[in-house]
Amino acid sequence: MGMITGAEALIKALEYQEVDTAFGIPGGAILPAYDPLLDAGFRHILARHEQGAGHMAEGYAWATGKVGVAIATSGPGATNLVTPLADALMDSVPIVAITGQVPTYAVGNDAFQEAHTTGITMPATKHNYFVNHVEEIAQTVAEAFHLASTGRPGPVLVDIPKDVLNARLLWKDPEPVAMPGYRPTVSPHPRRVREAIRLIESAERPVLYVGGGIIKAGAGEALTAFAAKTNMPVITTLMGRGAISDNNPNTLGMPGMHGLYAATTAMQKADLLVAIGVRFDDRVTGDPDAFAPFAKVIHADIDPAEIGKVRVPEVPIVGDARLILEAMCERWGDTPTPELEKWWTTIRTWQERYPLRFEQQSDGPLKPQHVISRLRDRADDDAIVVSGVGQHQMWASQYWRFDQPRHWINSGGLGTMGFAVPAAIGAKAGMPDQQVIAVDGDGCFQMTVQELITAAYERIPIKVALFNNAAHGMVRQWQRLFYNERFSSSDLGQELPDYPKLAEALGCAGLRATRVDEVDQVIETMLEIDDRPVVAEFVVDRDEMVFPMVPAGGSNDIVLNGPEDL
Amino acid sequence: MTEQQVLSVLVENKPGVLARVSSLFARRGFNIHSLAVGPAAEPGLSKMTIVVEAPELEQVKKQLHKLVNVVKITEMDAGSAIEREIMLVRVRAGARQRSEVLQLAAIFRATPVDVGVDSITFMVTGSPAKLNDLLELIRPFGLVDLVKSGRIALNREPKARKLRAVG
Ligand SMILES: Cc1ncc(C[n+]2csc(CCOP(=O)(O)OP(=O)(O)O)c2C)c(N)n1
Ligand SMILES: [Mg+2]
Repeated sequence: MGMITGAEALIKALEYQEVDTAFGIPGGAILPAYDPLLDAGFRHILARHEQGAGHMAEGYAWATGKVGVAIATSGPGATNLVTPLADALMDSVPIVAITGQVPTYAVGNDAFQEAHTTGITMPATKHNYFVNHVEEIAQTVAEAFHLASTGRPGPVLVDIPKDVLNARLLWKDPEPVAMPGYRPTVSPHPRRVREAIRLIESAERPVLYVGGGIIKAGAGEALTAFAAKTNMPVITTLMGRGAISDNNPNTLGMPGMHGLYAATTAMQKADLLVAIGVRFDDRVTGDPDAFAPFAKVIHADIDPAEIGKVRVPEVPIVGDARLILEAMCERWGDTPTPELEKWWTTIRTWQERYPLRFEQQSDGPLKPQHVISRLRDRADDDAIVVSGVGQHQMWASQYWRFDQPRHWINSGGLGTMGFAVPAAIGAKAGMPDQQVIAVDGDGCFQMTVQELITAAYERIPIKVALFNNAAHGMVRQWQRLFYNERFSSSDLGQELPDYPKLAEALGCAGLRATRVDEVDQVIETMLEIDDRPVVAEFVVDRDEMVFPMVPAGGSNDIVLNGPEDL
Repeated sequence: MTEQQVLSVLVENKPGVLARVSSLFARRGFNIHSLAVGPAAEPGLSKMTIVVEAPELEQVKKQLHKLVNVVKITEMDAGSAIEREIMLVRVRAGARQRSEVLQLAAIFRATPVDVGVDSITFMVTGSPAKLNDLLELIRPFGLVDLVKSGRIALNREPKARKLRAVG
C-alpha cells in the first residue's frame, strides 16, 4: 500500500478498532476526515448537535458494552462535546471523541474556530491527546480505545490538527498498547478476599450494595451466584439497576434519596456492607456521617481512589468486579447458605409496611407512576429503558423491573437533562433488534429534541414516553418542599409546544394521552409503530411528588414515605 | 495550618503533564505549597517534587496515580528525607551594614552573587529550615527581593545499604 493521508489513517485506525458506528457532525477542521469517512467500513450517523452525538456515543456504549465514538470539528464542535464527556466521566462510560483542530501553525493564534480543546476537556476526560505528527494517529487511537475500555472505563478525546489530517504517511498497524503509567489492578488480592469472606460469614445483617461497576465488569452472573450462596439482600444503585434481576427475591431495589424504604433502611441497620462497584455517592448515603452507622465495610472497586474517599472500609479490595465476585464465590465454596432468618423477617416487614405506592383515580389526573407501570407491563421483556433527569427518572428506576444488565441507561452522576433522546438513539443504533424506550420529561425533552430528526432521518425507531407535567417537576418538588411553594421559573406550560404535532414535524409519529382510559391504547400504538420514531405524550399530574424521599444532606434514618410524613 | 508533605512524582515528559497535575490539585481542592520539576534519571521521564498541604494525602496520591502520565509516586519520609531548596535573596546593605550582612551570610554559606551600592544578592542552598532561619535574621536589614526554587527531595538510602553518613 502506498502513501495515505492522516485522515485516511484515522478512518483506518477506527476500523482497526472494529468500530461499527460513529456519531458526529463535520466542520472545517475535521473535513479532511469526513471525505474518507464516506467509504469507511462503519456507519456514521449525522447528529443535529454535537451534544447529541456525544450522548449517542454514550447510549451506544451503555447498550453494547463497546466503545462509543463521537466526531466533531474544532472550536464550537468540540465545546459542544464537553457535557457528554463530563457525563461519561462521572458514569464511567467508555467513549472516544475525535475532534478536528486548526492547523498546527495556527494553534495559539486565536485562529477561526480555535478552542483549546485539550485544555477545556482535561478535567472532563479520563485522558486526552493532541496529535502532533501524522505517524502518531494510529497508535494514539489505539491507546485511546484501550484507556476508554479498560480499568475504570471513561471518555478519551483525541484532538487532531487539520494539517496533520492532510499530511501523508505509510500506514503501519499500531503496536500493542504499553503505557508505563497505566496498569490497572484487575486481580484481587487473595488475602483481601479471604478477609472479606470471613466478615461475611460472621455477619448477622449483611447487605450487598452494588452499582454501575458490576455492569461495566460484566459481573451480573457472578453477583447473582454470590447472592444465592450467601443469601444476602442486594441493593442496586441508580447506576446498577439490572445488575441483578429485580425478580430475584434477594433484590431490594434502589437505595438513597428516592430509594425504596427497605433498601435504604437495610443499609442503615446493616452490620456489614459488601460494597462492589459503587462510590458511596451522596445520593445514596445522605449525610455520610450518619450513613450505615453499625456497618463494617468491605469495599471492592477497580478504582483505588474510590476506596476510602467517602468511607474508610475494614476490607479494601482493588480489582475487577467480576474477578472479585468469582474469587469470593470460590472462596465461599460449599459453606452452607445462611438463613439470616431474623434479618430477612425484618426486611420483609419493611417491604410490606412501606412499599412503593400511588393512587390512580379512574377519573382523576393521570399519575406518572401509573403510566410507567402500564408501559413496563406491555413493553418487551428485553426492552432497553433510557431516562432523562428529574422526577420521571426516579419513577422509571423505581417502577420498572429490570431483569438484566445494560437494560437501564441514564445519566446518574452528572444528572444531564437532555440525555434520554440522543442516548436512546445511540442504544438503538447499537442494538437495532431491541425495543428502546426513552422515558423523558418535558423539560429534558426540549433540550435535545432536535435529535428526533436524526432518528427519523436515519430510521432509528426509538420510542419516547414523554411525561408532560408542564414543569421542571423535580425543581417544582423542591420548591414546594423547601421554598414555600414559590415556583420560580419551573413552570413550562402544558400546551407549549404541541408535542404530537412537533413530533410529526420532526418525522416521528405523535400520540397523546390525557385521561386514564386513553393510556393503554396509546401505549399499544406506541409499541406497535416500528417504521419511525414515536413520541407518546402523557399529560400527567404536575403536583405528584417522588417518594420515598430523604431530604438532601439529611440522615438516611429519616425517610419520608409520602406527603403525610412532611 | 495543615502539615506539609512531600511527594516525589515520576511523570512521562509529555506536553501538558504539568497542567494535568496542577488542574487535578485545583479540582480536588488540594493545596500546592511548591512544585519543582526537571528531567529525571530515566530518559523520557521528569521528576516533580510537590510539597502539599492536604489532610488527605492518600487521596492525593490515588488521584495523582489516575493520571495516565504519572508513572510512580514516592512519599518522602518526614524528617529524614534529603530536602533542599535554592534561594536568591537581595538584602538592603549600604556601606554601614555591609560587613555585618556578609558575616551573617557566611555563617549560612550564602554566596554573594551580585553586589550593588545599596544591596547585596545572595544565593543560598539548603534545607527549608535553614533558608527560613537565614531569612529571619536578615529581614531586619530590609528584604528587597526574594525567589525560591521550590523544594526538591530524595529519600535516603535504606540503612543497610548506606556507606557513610554525609550531609
Ligand atoms: C442540563 C441541566 N440543567 C438543569 C438541571 C437541573 N434540573 C434537574 S431536574 C430538572 C427538571 C427536569 O424537568 P423534566 O425534564 O420536565 O422532568 P420532571 O422532573 O418534570 O419529571 C432540572 C431543571 C439539570 N439536571 N441538567
Ligand atoms: Mg416535567
